Amino acid sequence: MVSKKKKKYSSGEGAQFMTRKAALKKLQLSLKDFRRICILKGIYPREPRNRKRAQKGAGGIKTLYHTKDIKFLLHEPIIWKLRDLKVYQQKIRRARAMREYGKMKKYFRDYPAIKIDHIIKERYPSFVDALRDLDDCLTLCFLFSTFPSIRRVPRDQSMLCRRLTVEFMHAVIVAKALRKVFISVKGYYYQAEIEGQTITWIVPHHFSFEPQTKDEVDFKIMSTFVEFYVMMLGFVNFKLFNSLNLVYPPKLTAGFSSDNDKGLVDKRAYVSERIAAMNLSVARKVGANEVEEFPEIDLFETEDQDPQKLEEAKQEAEKIKFLKTMFKGLKFFLNREVPREPLVFIIRCFGGEVSWDKDHFVGATFDETDESIAYQIVDRPSMDKQYLSRYYVQPQWVFDSVNARTLLPINKYLMGATLPPHLSPFIDKTRDQVYIPPEQRALDDPEYKPPGDDDESDEEIEEASDEDKEEQSAEESETEEQILTKQYKAEVEQDSPSEDDDDDEGDDFEKKKIAKEKKKKMAVKTGIPHKEHPYKKEIEDKQAFRLREKLVRKKHRNLYKSMKAGQEKRKKEIWLLRKKRRLHDEKTKEERKTTKRNQKMEALNASA
Amino acid sequence: MPPFRVGLLKRKLKHPIDESKDAGTCSPRDFSGNSDNDDEDFLNGEIQDNKEDATDSENEAGINSDTEQDKVLFEDEVDSVLGDIDHQSSSGESSELTDSEGDDSEGVSSESDEKNSNSGAESARNRQTSNHQKNAAKSNLFQNKNSIHVLATQISEAAITTKPVQQRDEYESGDTSDEEDRVNTTGDVPRWWYSEYEHLGYDLDGRRIARPPTRDHIDEFLRKCEDPEFWRTVKDPSTGQDVILSKDDLKLIERIRNGNVPSETHDEYEPWTEWFTREVLATPVRAFPESKRSFLPSRSEQLQVSRIVHALRMGWTKTRRQLASERRARSRSQRAFYDLWGGPDPDAVQRRATPRHLPAPRRPLPSHAESYNPPPEYLLDKREMKEWEKLKETPWKRKYTFLPTQHGSLREVSAYPRFIRERFLRCLDLYLAPRAIKMRLTIDAQDLVPKLPSPRDLQPFPTAEALRFEGHEGLVRSIDLDPSGQYLVSGGEDGTLRVWETSTGRCLRTVSLGEPVTRALWTPVSGLSLLAAAVGPELLLLNPGAGIGAHRVAERTDRLLEEPPPAHDVQMDERTRSCVQWQDVTTARVALGVRLQVHHFKPLAHVSWHARGDYLAVTVRDGGARSVCVHQVSRRRSQLPFRTAKGLVQCAAFHPHEPRLFVATQRAVRVYDLVKQELVRKLMTGAQWVSSLAVHPGGDNLLVGSYDRKCIWFDLELSGKPYQTLRLHGGAVRAVTFHRRYPLFASGGDDQNIVVSHGMVYNDLLQNPLLVPLKQLRGPEKRDDLCVLDLRFHPTQPWLFAAGADGSVRLYS
Repeated sequence: MVSKKKKKYSSGEGAQFMTRKAALKKLQLSLKDFRRICILKGIYPREPRNRKRAQKGAGGIKTLYHTKDIKFLLHEPIIWKLRDLKVYQQKIRRARAMREYGKMKKYFRDYPAIKIDHIIKERYPSFVDALRDLDDCLTLCFLFSTFPSIRRVPRDQSMLCRRLTVEFMHAVIVAKALRKVFISVKGYYYQAEIEGQTITWIVPHHFSFEPQTKDEVDFKIMSTFVEFYVMMLGFVNFKLFNSLNLVYPPKLTAGFSSDNDKGLVDKRAYVSERIAAMNLSVARKVGANEVEEFPEIDLFETEDQDPQKLEEAKQEAEKIKFLKTMFKGLKFFLNREVPREPLVFIIRCFGGEVSWDKDHFVGATFDETDESIAYQIVDRPSMDKQYLSRYYVQPQWVFDSVNARTLLPINKYLMGATLPPHLSPFIDKTRDQVYIPPEQRALDDPEYKPPGDDDESDEEIEEASDEDKEEQSAEESETEEQILTKQYKAEVEQDSPSEDDDDDEGDDFEKKKIAKEKKKKMAVKTGIPHKEHPYKKEIEDKQAFRLREKLVRKKHRNLYKSMKAGQEKRKKEIWLLRKKRRLHDEKTKEERKTTKRNQKMEALNASA
Repeated sequence: MPPFRVGLLKRKLKHPIDESKDAGTCSPRDFSGNSDNDDEDFLNGEIQDNKEDATDSENEAGINSDTEQDKVLFEDEVDSVLGDIDHQSSSGESSELTDSEGDDSEGVSSESDEKNSNSGAESARNRQTSNHQKNAAKSNLFQNKNSIHVLATQISEAAITTKPVQQRDEYESGDTSDEEDRVNTTGDVPRWWYSEYEHLGYDLDGRRIARPPTRDHIDEFLRKCEDPEFWRTVKDPSTGQDVILSKDDLKLIERIRNGNVPSETHDEYEPWTEWFTREVLATPVRAFPESKRSFLPSRSEQLQVSRIVHALRMGWTKTRRQLASERRARSRSQRAFYDLWGGPDPDAVQRRATPRHLPAPRRPLPSHAESYNPPPEYLLDKREMKEWEKLKETPWKRKYTFLPTQHGSLREVSAYPRFIRERFLRCLDLYLAPRAIKMRLTIDAQDLVPKLPSPRDLQPFPTAEALRFEGHEGLVRSIDLDPSGQYLVSGGEDGTLRVWETSTGRCLRTVSLGEPVTRALWTPVSGLSLLAAAVGPELLLLNPGAGIGAHRVAERTDRLLEEPPPAHDVQMDERTRSCVQWQDVTTARVALGVRLQVHHFKPLAHVSWHARGDYLAVTVRDGGARSVCVHQVSRRRSQLPFRTAKGLVQCAAFHPHEPRLFVATQRAVRVYDLVKQELVRKLMTGAQWVSSLAVHPGGDNLLVGSYDRKCIWFDLELSGKPYQTLRLHGGAVRAVTFHRRYPLFASGGDDQNIVVSHGMVYNDLLQNPLLVPLKQLRGPEKRDDLCVLDLRFHPTQPWLFAAGADGSVRLYS
């Protein structure tokens, strides 16, 4: 018996993967439908370990799907829906061609919707899984909520996005889950922590929609994603509201439901209504009492955790606890030039109360004349009418305060002031080889003084040098007090020997001195321990290490080299940033000096 | 005449009339030229026809009377056009269209035909009279009738004058046009059928209608000049008679040419009468009452309605409003969210049966540079901006996807133009990018470096240059120390052998041997004062003499070497004798201290002593099978241990205490047992070309240097493969050496660094040797890409000696 020869690629990696073309053939779908089902079901191509084998010997790079993934798609009921949809579209096309517009309208009216609840359940078996995957969902939904009605995107989609995002923001407000915020050039970054999962999303700045060329952006694909994300976000919202004891479809405003035709009225009206909605508190479930007190977090000392870490965790918890109620009892008033949506969201998240000019936008809760307003957020250089009872700060103060988890001193953020740099809160400081700007370091430990920030000392020096009318270094310059103390000391020193020593004693003193010197020459000296120069030692260590480096095993040599190269690169980057900062600081210092001097000169001239 | 016919006529005549204008202005000569031109346009046959016409006219000139000539005028151009039609049909290419055209032309002239034939003389008279009238009225006008305006005025005037005459003429004839049509009874046949005959057809009575005589151009011209009616004379093809167009005809033609409706009576702007209006008439159109049934509800409708009402009551059908609300409810229910994860058993998590899910990596979080108001160091400076601009074509190579910009306040921040594009790219990544699990190494780079004890703990070892022995000119090839470590011998390329005092660096003795010394070695036995030096093909054994070491030892050495051994001991076989000769030493050389001299057949490459000091292993350069030679000093005898060549021998060395010989060939080191005379072991170095070899004083470890920058440590107890390959040098390794007492070894070569390493060998068999590179010592100066040529440790102190290419020997301590 001759055993049958095994066919090539019938097992192993060759059988594990199939190309997209083969998948299309197997599923009997068009590329468009396949793309849609892949997006909905979350099927993606996989990188094989050996591409040549996985492609069954074919050259080039092909999109490879796992065979099991495709087989899994084969059992999806939605595939049949897609096929039915194809037939349905043919009907519509036929009706149009036959000019049976009534029929066509009817078809459009009864267009079958695809239900994808089961897919969400299948892709995210638990709520936490869904939360973990919420980043892209939220960012895309927030983006779509700003879209006007465009081709290839169903009209109700952007409206639904608007509704769901507002709902989500409400949930975050009620849960006090927001942790970090950041104004970037791309948009506002928010980071919330829900059920232990950090969720980061971006909300674009105003007027982010721009018509895109066809080869730049395919809205159809994005719309398919949104189709899935909208359902996902809806279920997440429901669950969140439920867990927060809120009534789920919250009664916000009429503008969000897609049923009525008000939707076409005005986009700006929408935005304002949506912000207004955020200022309302959401209805709670009957009988649910609000749990205000946060339970104390008990930290159990375990063997493996060192006490320092425990302490740090405790501090972190304290900080977050404070952060949650940071703006509690504070009233904020937003000027009309301030972007309201992010600020309302943030302030409400941390317990503050917000209002704005009621003449301009709906939903204002209190008036500008309210004396209890603590902060008025302005983004203009000056204002005519100012109240003494409140602080006028720029919006960055709110963001920086949230990131610092304290109410920062407002002196740098006052109206019309030059703002300090806005730093990203997302930098992981625990990693090594990370550049930390001086502002950040000053925030982290209060003792540290950023080099460009030494205003007061500078001024003192400035004054002294100005009096002398010549350049003096900081060490040489002395204030009057210092001079006085020095003089006093010198006098005391002069006094004491003159009182003790007389003239006859002077000769004895000299003799003694000589004897002492002689003794010293003859005496046995105490051994001086050989002290190695630290610099020298460092060099030696470095040399030894360089020799040891050569003993890295051949197997790891390339890896080691690349790791070293990466380290070097990072080091260089940090060095470059430091250098740029130093140059900048020097420059600003110089400028400040010259302006001050000029001012002084002018004043002198004026007086003379 | 039906209007369409007139239209066709117009089409026909348009060209001839234009031509006639030209003809009017032209001189006769011009005219002929014109006709020539016309002829050119036509076919050849046509020209022949014309000639025929001409001959005909000549023939018939006599037949026709002068009066007729006066009366019947042929317009030249008209004739040619008509002739053209005829010719077309005659050439056999006749199509229906051309035929019909011919008919049309027939029809055009039908009116005039009637007059000609039926009314006969009467009509002719009429025409004459009208002609006369016209002549009288506008004789002067005829002189310059050359423009269409003139023609138009003529027509209008003619119309005024001759209208009653024409009317009368019409009534007088009294015949219907139908009858008149039947003048020529040939029917609808092409005219050219009759072109060969003298007649044109037959009249009603069956008589032949004679073909009127054709006229030549001169006749035409004359007529044109004489006959005032010439301009409106047309030839009737059915009868061949000339017809003078009446004023009505001309008017008709005029209207058609202007693009008006042919009939004069038609009013284009007559008021519109609405025949069907929406206004309800005051009185009914029908004068009878409505039927009763029209007031009563329809029975069938009633049935239908009742059926619908019943269905609605029963819930079988729904109203449109109900349907719409249902639809709305349905669509809302599809959007209705519920507790998806709150099933009866939320813990029962169903994983899908797909291969392991690989979640997409999250987007990296923004750095400080992305801030709307970044710290100043993140803004691009001039140089970076330049680079940014340079990478305009390839923006993905830039450091950031965005340009870090500083905004003074939040209100200045504009929308990010690439936002949608970036989200789109992310979407593409999510469904299109292949995913794979990539293990990220969390190890530190430092962890890859082997953990070794610190050099500080492994002292003593030489750390710095202490002394320099200078005196050689040219390379110092070889150095060695005497067993006590008091003296150093060095042999150089300058042909001298120098003996130095180690502690002071003083040169005690210089022996110039004439030829470059490749190798200089002190005997390992402490009781002798003997040096071995390889000078070219000769191996010299010298006694460095008095002043170096105890003079008693020197004397004893001299005494030992003075008397040769008995002859029977010195027997050597033929093969050995052919390549090695123990020679007598010349007196001059004896004075230099040379005691023994062995001549080889080729220059020597390497010499090494046996530990007991009696044997010497000599390697001859390019010796083939005879490249290794062992000399016994006490018996002055030599031996060639190998019969066959096993590669290119580089050097050979003795085992320190066993009868074994290590022979390093180009790639491998072979270990031979000298007693059993067999190969014990072959050590594969893995190097391309072995340069040097050093045996550990314990005898179980071996250090091999190679020209491809490696130092290879062999542990003979471990395996035949290298225990460790050290790549400590940047150039070829030329010398390796072990310390006799300390666990130290050193290697040097073409790069300027000498590496001193710690090489601890343990007695415990389970513990492998520990190799730690300790120190890089700055070697001698480089000369001709050579640097260190030989290395030796002091026998008792941790001092290292290096022979340099710059002519110096350096001591590191």
